[in-house]
Amino acid sequence: MEANIAIPSDGKNTWSGGGVRPFGASYGKMMMWFFIVSDALTFSGFLAAYGLTRFKFIDSWPIADEVFTHIPFIHGEYPMYYVAFMTFVLIFSSVTMVLAVDAGHKMQKNKVAWYMFATIIGGLIFVGSQAWEWNTFINGTYGAVKTTDGKVLQFVKDGHQIALSDFVVGERTDGRVTHTRKNGLWWESGEDVPQYSVAQIMASYEANPAIQIRSEQINLEKKQKIILSREKGLAELAKANMVVEGANLKVNEYGNTIFADFFFFITGFHGFHVFSGIVINIIIFFNVLLGTYEKRGHYEMVEKVGLYWHFVDLVWVFVFTFFYLV
Amino acid sequence: MAHAHESNVKKIWMVFGLLSIVTIVEVALGIIKPDVLHLTTFLGTSPLNWIFIILTLFKAYYIAWSFMHLEGEKKWFRRAIVWTAIFLICYLVTLLLIEGGYLYDTLAPLVRW
Repeated sequence: MEANIAIPSDGKNTWSGGGVRPFGASYGKMMMWFFIVSDALTFSGFLAAYGLTRFKFIDSWPIADEVFTHIPFIHGEYPMYYVAFMTFVLIFSSVTMVLAVDAGHKMQKNKVAWYMFATIIGGLIFVGSQAWEWNTFINGTYGAVKTTDGKVLQFVKDGHQIALSDFVVGERTDGRVTHTRKNGLWWESGEDVPQYSVAQIMASYEANPAIQIRSEQINLEKKQKIILSREKGLAELAKANMVVEGANLKVNEYGNTIFADFFFFITGFHGFHVFSGIVINIIIFFNVLLGTYEKRGHYEMVEKVGLYWHFVDLVWVFVFTFFYLV
Repeated sequence: MAHAHESNVKKIWMVFGLLSIVTIVEVALGIIKPDVLHLTTFLGTSPLNWIFIILTLFKAYYIAWSFMHLEGEKKWFRRAIVWTAIFLICYLVTLLLIEGGYLYDTLAPLVRW
């Protein structure tokens, strides 16, 4: 029995990483730093791949201001404000985290606990906001059509994008309905059939001279999407074979498929980091409450999870810039 | 630990103020997008993009130096972290962006708009 236990567990001792402290950093802190370096390289890999793809499609990449325009409970277009709010939440939770570390140095148990608690709440608000952001992105706002040669066509009126429901009239004539488990083949359900059919959209476009089509192509001088003439628009629309509402990994109403893929992948990977950060923070929070670090004589563990939490904030600063600003 | 007993609370709030101001500036510029900065080109991209990138690095510096307390670490520990990351990231980004530009030059003429 004795041979299997390296450290007597009844003594409540923890392995401190040994007495050797290269560069004056403890084992745990140094390993946290090296983990952060490798994780930073992973994120740079994603962001650099995003950069490559964006350069590849520089004349047709979706314009972030036109994609992320919503605030919860408020109608209308407000680009940037919501992500700016998310950024503030994360920076503020970083501040409470560093205050917790600071209180830990002074061995103020209650302060550490309260600041950790605030950090966790901040993290939860951020993850909740991101879930809302994803939901908005996936459901979409306007809808678009996709052509056989893979272009996404959006609809505008007086230069502003409008939703399909704003101009499409009449009944769909192809008689398609969504194939559910109870109305078609047993136990099989099909993809959702969009609210409008391609033919219906085309007829409505022809009937309403105020509607124009916006292509994916960007006028590189003005940095705006090119709006097609009525005739050119009709010619493009004749190639349409699919109505797109919202976004998934295969197709999205905003433009390039890979734009949505990167959105899901990069913000998703970051969101997962925030989520795991919250879980780790909660564990440490309870350890603080139980007095684990009070007994140990130092709060270095709070410092180590703090490093991870700040790193998540650091990554968001870059995601924010390269996804929403640049 | 030399920093163990001194309090950094005041400095922490100062850094928070600084990061907030920078973020507000970024968001304001992102919403207004002044034509002079947005539609002109400087070193391969618009001056606005350069401003965003510089402000981002500025924020990253303060997060790493102040919040992650790199300034208090031993010089060579700090360098092991910062130099490694910066070198590899610059290397990767340079190669990938050049490649992306090449792909655009090669493939864009083939797209019929």
